[in-house]
Amino acid sequence: MKNKALWMLFSLFALMLLVVAGCSGNDEASSEGDSDTEKAAEGNGDNTFVFGRGADSTQLDPSKVTDGESIYVTNQIYDTLVRYKQEGTEVKPALATEWKVSDDGLKWTFQLREGVKFHDGTDFTAEDVVFNFERWTESAEYVYYGYMFGATEDDMGGIIEKVEATGDYEVTFTLSEPNAPFLNTLAMPPFGIASPDAIKKHGEEYFKNPVGTGPFVFEEWIPDNKITLSKNENYFGEVAKVDEVVFRVIPDNGARFMELQAGSIDAMNGMNPQDLDTAEQDVNLQIIRRPSMNVSYMAMNTQKGPLQDKKVRQAINLAIDKKKLLTLFEGIGKPAKNPLPPSLWGYNDEIEDYGYDVEKAKQLLAEAGYADGMELTLYTMSNPRPYLPQPKFAAQAIQEMLKDVNINVEIVENEWDAHLSATENGEHDMAFLGWTGDNGDPDNFLYVLLDKDNAKKGSAGNIAFYKNDELHDILKKAQTELDQEKRVELYKEAQVIIHEDAPWFPIAHTTPPLAVSKDVKNYIPHPTGSEPFNHLELK
Amino acid sequence: MLNYIIRRLVSLIPVLIGVSILAFSLMHLVPGDPARSILGEKATEAQLEALREELNLNDPYIVQYGRFMGQIAQGDLGNSITSKEAVIVEIGSRLPATLELTLFAMGIAVLVGVLAGVIAAVKQYSWFDNISMSGALFGVSMPIFWLGLMMIWLFAVELNWLPPSGRLSNDIELQTITNLYLLDSILTLNGEAFVNAFRHLLMPGIALATIPMAIIARMTRSSMLEVMKQDYIRTANAKGLASRLVVFQHALKNAALPVLTVIGLQFGFLLGGAVLTETIFSWPGVGRYVMDAILSRDYPVVQSTILIVAVIFVLVNLITDLLYTLFDPRIKLD
Amino acid sequence: METLAAEAKADQLDPALKQKKNSSLWLDSLSRVVKSKTSLMGLIIISLLIIVAIFAPQIATHSPTEQNIIERYQAPSGEHWLGTDELGRDIFSRLVFGARITIKIGVICVGISMVTGVLLGCVAGYFGRWVDQVIMRIIDIMMAFPSILLAIALVAVLGKSLTNAMIAVGIVGVPHFARIVRSTVLSVKETEYIEASRVIGAKNGRILFSHVLPNCLAPIIVQATLTVGTAILDAAGLSFLGLGAQPPTPEWGAMLSDGRSALQTAPWVVMFPGLAIFLVVLGFNLFGDGLRDALDPRLKQ
Repeated sequence: MKNKALWMLFSLFALMLLVVAGCSGNDEASSEGDSDTEKAAEGNGDNTFVFGRGADSTQLDPSKVTDGESIYVTNQIYDTLVRYKQEGTEVKPALATEWKVSDDGLKWTFQLREGVKFHDGTDFTAEDVVFNFERWTESAEYVYYGYMFGATEDDMGGIIEKVEATGDYEVTFTLSEPNAPFLNTLAMPPFGIASPDAIKKHGEEYFKNPVGTGPFVFEEWIPDNKITLSKNENYFGEVAKVDEVVFRVIPDNGARFMELQAGSIDAMNGMNPQDLDTAEQDVNLQIIRRPSMNVSYMAMNTQKGPLQDKKVRQAINLAIDKKKLLTLFEGIGKPAKNPLPPSLWGYNDEIEDYGYDVEKAKQLLAEAGYADGMELTLYTMSNPRPYLPQPKFAAQAIQEMLKDVNINVEIVENEWDAHLSATENGEHDMAFLGWTGDNGDPDNFLYVLLDKDNAKKGSAGNIAFYKNDELHDILKKAQTELDQEKRVELYKEAQVIIHEDAPWFPIAHTTPPLAVSKDVKNYIPHPTGSEPFNHLELK
Repeated sequence: MLNYIIRRLVSLIPVLIGVSILAFSLMHLVPGDPARSILGEKATEAQLEALREELNLNDPYIVQYGRFMGQIAQGDLGNSITSKEAVIVEIGSRLPATLELTLFAMGIAVLVGVLAGVIAAVKQYSWFDNISMSGALFGVSMPIFWLGLMMIWLFAVELNWLPPSGRLSNDIELQTITNLYLLDSILTLNGEAFVNAFRHLLMPGIALATIPMAIIARMTRSSMLEVMKQDYIRTANAKGLASRLVVFQHALKNAALPVLTVIGLQFGFLLGGAVLTETIFSWPGVGRYVMDAILSRDYPVVQSTILIVAVIFVLVNLITDLLYTLFDPRIKLD
Repeated sequence: METLAAEAKADQLDPALKQKKNSSLWLDSLSRVVKSKTSLMGLIIISLLIIVAIFAPQIATHSPTEQNIIERYQAPSGEHWLGTDELGRDIFSRLVFGARITIKIGVICVGISMVTGVLLGCVAGYFGRWVDQVIMRIIDIMMAFPSILLAIALVAVLGKSLTNAMIAVGIVGVPHFARIVRSTVLSVKETEYIEASRVIGAKNGRILFSHVLPNCLAPIIVQATLTVGTAILDAAGLSFLGLGAQPPTPEWGAMLSDGRSALQTAPWVVMFPGLAIFLVVLGFNLFGDGLRDALDPRLKQ
């Protein structure tokens, strides 16, 4: 009996050997046929647009997420009351067709589009808008709501005092204070209106059964693999020209690029800078650069050690060769001199950057009493961010450059969340961070990142812990000022103060490249980081 | 036999409890904040605190551990903090990917390793012996992440023969039953999918198989040699039994024991080694999943997955032990 | 990390190893090591590594940390023998200085595993009963935990640094030493001369260190040599995942990892550090193999 078992095992091996040998024998012959069919399928224009990306969505409920990969998908499924125009951050009608604001800036009334249906077939009405807004005040998980409208533990509504359905197709918002960026904020994808029926039906499972009114309908989600959407034939706006959209996850940047070259995906984001050259030479590919609405910077902790001294901070600005540093971006970034990206209104182009001048830097350090140098930490995140593609390399480059002025830099690398916790607590001397604009308003950069209100240890957005009362007054004034011209002037003035105090070493504004197959027409990237795909066409 | 299995299973319980405590305490010692991990840079302190409260992260560790074990006892692995999805669902979609890769690699390793080892032993000091044993030494010395990258560079970048990543090209339709793609494509008689899945498996499979293959080859050879020197083989030879029959029937049977041990141990190694291989080949398996979870402090995912992997590992060991008796009746289980 | 443990475990099946050895046998073994061609080759590779590490400043053609960003990703040339990396540093010089780190990793990791493992194994094997039970259960738990995940988790707890990666790899290697030593101790413990020294009133500690331990030396040495290779591989693996050496340390695994993003355009950044790791590990394995054969009297004709 024992023998039998042994022989069975052995013949099993033999069989496997045969199978494997057989397969590998066939393999090469069939592989050519295989790639042929692949190409053929593509040429036939089976009308599916495949977008390759580095990470999966976390949830498909946009109100609960902050990661770009989730928003990318939900932006296809949901509509907001107003949407951004295709090429900028001005707004256009979407679920709301028109709106007006009271003179005191506190009451906003929206007329809603009639005859719109959610993907589950239910009608869209004013009550649904109210339902969504009330839902967002129920928990801290609705992170963007809390952050954009200033929710606190005691007042989860924030500046929105109430939302009422003042008619079947009319909604009225009452604010507790005037808010200049309000309308622009409503266009943000996290405020996509979801079907209340679906939310009630799916409960805890709603995040993977999204139902909106957008140009695409959710079909299937295979985690860490792909998300499939189909076009919404009844869309009130421009009905999509592609039948299906697939978001595929290919974590490695290089591997994803190879898939694009092989034609198995149509577009991708998150390229390795090193692959850009190859992509530009490829006749089948086009490089599309997303307009910049971001900034990357090295914050200097103004409350700690030698960096309290303005001269030291200016010296560091002078001691880093920004042009050389930017070669690490391989052409996907422009050097930054201001916290605001140049594409935003209010950008002050008259400011002149510090420039690279080691001698002057040494002199400033000597004046400040640090001729013998110092030791500083530089905190960096381990993973690439859209505004800083390879933080580790940039950190090492700065480390080396600062050696020339006798500053010894110790690099401290952390995972993203640990990096945020550490820098918010002010553990760093210097730290990398960046910002992508949310609603296209300068307030969303300057107040959030550099005002003293946001320099509280433990929850700081201002991780330079930079506190300047003059700046604070200007920023506060700009928040409630409704006259655009005056706001522009205020923000320009603010940038002059920031430049002089040098709480940051501004690094770059990146234009993250998308590599897209030449077969794709009309791909227009949006500065906010994601765009609906209903406009694009496949050849 | 049944008694023995039950006793062994019972004795696993303290080990698994130990593993769960180890996993739990390690995770809670990791600096960082899951709430921050979820909400990102734009959350306020109030939001973070509220979320920590919602996720019960403010409870004492002992309470959290008790809750975790209570859930486990009811067969509930909890929900991922970052994705909200039930851990069982997430593992369900990833474990087959890892199992397929691991089994495939194990298949290569055993097949090539045992064959090479047997031939090397039978033809001791021949050129085959020399080459395969040097090859085996190279194999155990190989950084597999490097081997993987070099294979990608050669076969995917330079030669364009094999796909660099993933399990299946996205234009291939495959009806999934077991989620083991090779098996599914056989079950559904889908030749195109089979070839495609096989091509995807080839590079990661070989990378992962390298070290076990080398070790199995070496072990097979040395135990074969030892057995072949023993008297009864000599007797058999002297009696004039055809030499091939002697080798296979007697020698291999006796040499199987230590080889089996290696296979059992290597299986555990493969599960761990999958972390690196999956990272390099973007293989959507459990290894990458746990590693990402560790780095984003997704406590329930890490704890449950490690527990599951540990269960598989100890069960494989148990099966190996049971197989001993099959090969060698002299071994008593008690 | 289990790789060579398998072979070590198989060693335990061999009763001959557990026999006590005398000094002439040691000398004998040494000459065998040198005579065997493979282990001699291993010895040569290891010696080369040590020489390169000692004379790194003389051998290197450039500074290992000096950057020249404009000349990044240069192919191998007369100026840069093995090309330049992502920050324009000379890969050859970085590899040369990296040899020092590799030796450090090997010695420290194995040191941690060996000292802890031997201690635990001795105590468990010698005292038996509940002590043995407790220690061996802990070892079981550690073995049931996929080793690379254990290492990753340990580094996550301790923080990312080369030191912590070495500690993690060291801890992960403990069970193998503990098991080998325990089983050797178990068999030595019952021999007559140990009984005898117990009868004449020797203390536990004395028996353990002057009688039991010397008998375990051979398997420990073999295991240690073989573990150096795996330790280097594991530490490089951790660095590859970004959990080990931090910049600008020219650690080979980290160099390889940083080169990954340029695999298509500059494969040499990945190729050479990996080759270096491979060669060094091969050296230790060759030597360890030779050592095992030499210390294993079975093969003595």
